[in-house]
Amino acid sequence: MSIWVDKNTRLLVQGITGREGQFHTLACKAYGTNVVAGVTPGKGGQNVDGIPVFNTVAKAVKETGANAAMVFVPPAFCADAILESIEAGIPLIVAITEGIPVMDMLKVKNYLKNSKSRLIGPNCPGIITPGQCKIGIQPGHIHTPGPVGIVSRSGTLTYEAVHQIGRMGIGQSTVVGIGGDPVNGTNFIDCLAAFQADPETKAIIMVGEIGGSAEEEAAEFIQKNVTKPVVGFIAGLTAPPGRRMGHAGAIISGSSGTAQGKIKAMKAAGITVVENLGEMGEIAKAAFKL
Amino acid sequence: MKIHEYQAKELFRKYGVPVPRGNVAFTVAEAKAIGADLGTFPVVVKAQIHAGGRGKGGGVKLAKDRDQVEEYAKQILGMTLVTHQTGLEGRVVKKLLVEEGLPIEKELYLSVLPDRGSAKIVFMASEAGGMDIEEVAAKTPEKIIKVYIDPLLGIKGFHANELAFGLNLKPEYVKQFNAMVFALYKLCVDYDCSLVEINPLVLTADNRVIALDAKINFDDNALYRHKDILEYRDLDEEDPFEIEASKYELNYIKMPGGNIGNMVNGAGLAMATMDLIQQAGAAPANFLDVGGGASAEQVENGFRIILADPAVKGVLINIFGGILRCDRLATGVVEAAKKVGIKVPVVIRMEGTNVEQGREILEKSGLNLITAKDVSDAAQKIAAIAKG
Repeated sequence: MSIWVDKNTRLLVQGITGREGQFHTLACKAYGTNVVAGVTPGKGGQNVDGIPVFNTVAKAVKETGANAAMVFVPPAFCADAILESIEAGIPLIVAITEGIPVMDMLKVKNYLKNSKSRLIGPNCPGIITPGQCKIGIQPGHIHTPGPVGIVSRSGTLTYEAVHQIGRMGIGQSTVVGIGGDPVNGTNFIDCLAAFQADPETKAIIMVGEIGGSAEEEAAEFIQKNVTKPVVGFIAGLTAPPGRRMGHAGAIISGSSGTAQGKIKAMKAAGITVVENLGEMGEIAKAAFKL
Repeated sequence: MKIHEYQAKELFRKYGVPVPRGNVAFTVAEAKAIGADLGTFPVVVKAQIHAGGRGKGGGVKLAKDRDQVEEYAKQILGMTLVTHQTGLEGRVVKKLLVEEGLPIEKELYLSVLPDRGSAKIVFMASEAGGMDIEEVAAKTPEKIIKVYIDPLLGIKGFHANELAFGLNLKPEYVKQFNAMVFALYKLCVDYDCSLVEINPLVLTADNRVIALDAKINFDDNALYRHKDILEYRDLDEEDPFEIEASKYELNYIKMPGGNIGNMVNGAGLAMATMDLIQQAGAAPANFLDVGGGASAEQVENGFRIILADPAVKGVLINIFGGILRCDRLATGVVEAAKKVGIKVPVVIRMEGTNVEQGREILEKSGLNLITAKDVSDAAQKIAAIAKG
């Protein structure tokens, strides 16, 4: 078991003919993901390494039965691409693209609420169920199947978490990168609820960073609803207020959104907080009793 | 992106949001001329910098006559203004806004911004105008009214009414105020603003509603569709190192007082690496995310920018090379190090594909490149350099 993606996932790639889109589609396919279609308007009828390309998502879904989409469309057209997949009724949409305007995402997010789709991202590394399905830009080879669910706002920091518990011999059920933008489709709580409900997931690692209050809300949710052990990490203790630290969403506004505040909330909720990045593997192993 | 008050007021005028009469001055003579043209006194002379708290720092003065306009313009132009938002180093004032003074009856607060938590556009208003709104929110949250708007629906009359009557406005102000709320909403959405704030918004004795101050921030991700806003960019307000980094599309932020430079791929890992440096007893000199690819060119430019800071005693490179192969990265680092001529020790921690070959390349380079086996090892090695 796992959450949201497994060997039954049939993936469609929006922006498959672009440089990034093509590179990562082939990496996903090489990992074992069942990539059934690509979409690039105007390039219908072509193929990428044998994957048929369609002009529209609706057509691709009809022809191939795709049930997930990975979006590599450039920021100016990305909200449009996500909306197209929502309209086509795709249950899981993973948007990798960084740089989508917030106003565009506000509209997508509100439209999403009245749909049957789940959006992961944007500005995220993707989602992976080791050994079964990889949707995104993660290095697949560092992952191994196992009992820990990971949810994170950061890409390379997620790889760091996977790597460190991997060195302890601990694998992952599913790893979800929810992205570094201020407005995203799937949040910590969605992932935590899914991990809590997944019988194969025995423990959870949650990686947050400065900006917003998603970690504080997640901590409250964990205290009330999550019985599995949770280890947390927050990046940005040294971040100055008012500066955007790379991610659009990583900004301390006045006195809110600080790493100190998030760590305090997580500790109060009974989460084991890793304060020094180098100790994540050891602390997780001890806390999870794995 | 931030802009100046006088630029924000230009946009307000374009959208029909009433602002005081006035103009921007770059010299004392210009300030005097604008003051004279206004034809009334008092006249307000305001420092234009990208930071709040200007009044408390002595950057805003009320002139009673022509001579005082000149006196204050001389005083403020060229001064280093220190406010709670500028840091101790302050900002040099190079522009003034010279405006008519108004008969103020009441000061209010009004802002509109996209709210990340609710994914709505939110208006915030308060009768506690002219004060630090953060402080009002912390001490007396009941004094702030919030009205959330679904961006798919857009603003409706009742939204504006909730604000107007929530502020206890007298009937003679409501119509003007509501028109202003509609205009601000349109401005916020049209220009992808991340904040439009008026503090204070004033009610005058002659029954007008006027934006006495104006602050607008823009979503950097949307600037591609607002070329006219890019014209407002003021390089005087930015750190020279950061301007240089932005030319190479490097995500760089200078950290005052730091002694250890660092270069990392990915924003989250970069922040965590800064934290690690501090936990090890040193101080990070910067934030630098070279992106997922970390190309040889980016590494080279990254080195150049980090090492331009004389306070830097050592550099920590922390790369999780997922798809990027470590041997390629190592080759890039060695080439860049030779080109730039590095004089300080560099600790490199890398992980990922072909890591062994990568380490070998670094060790055989003959340069002062120290490899670390993991993040803890890297932190200890860099701390030793900072102390030595």
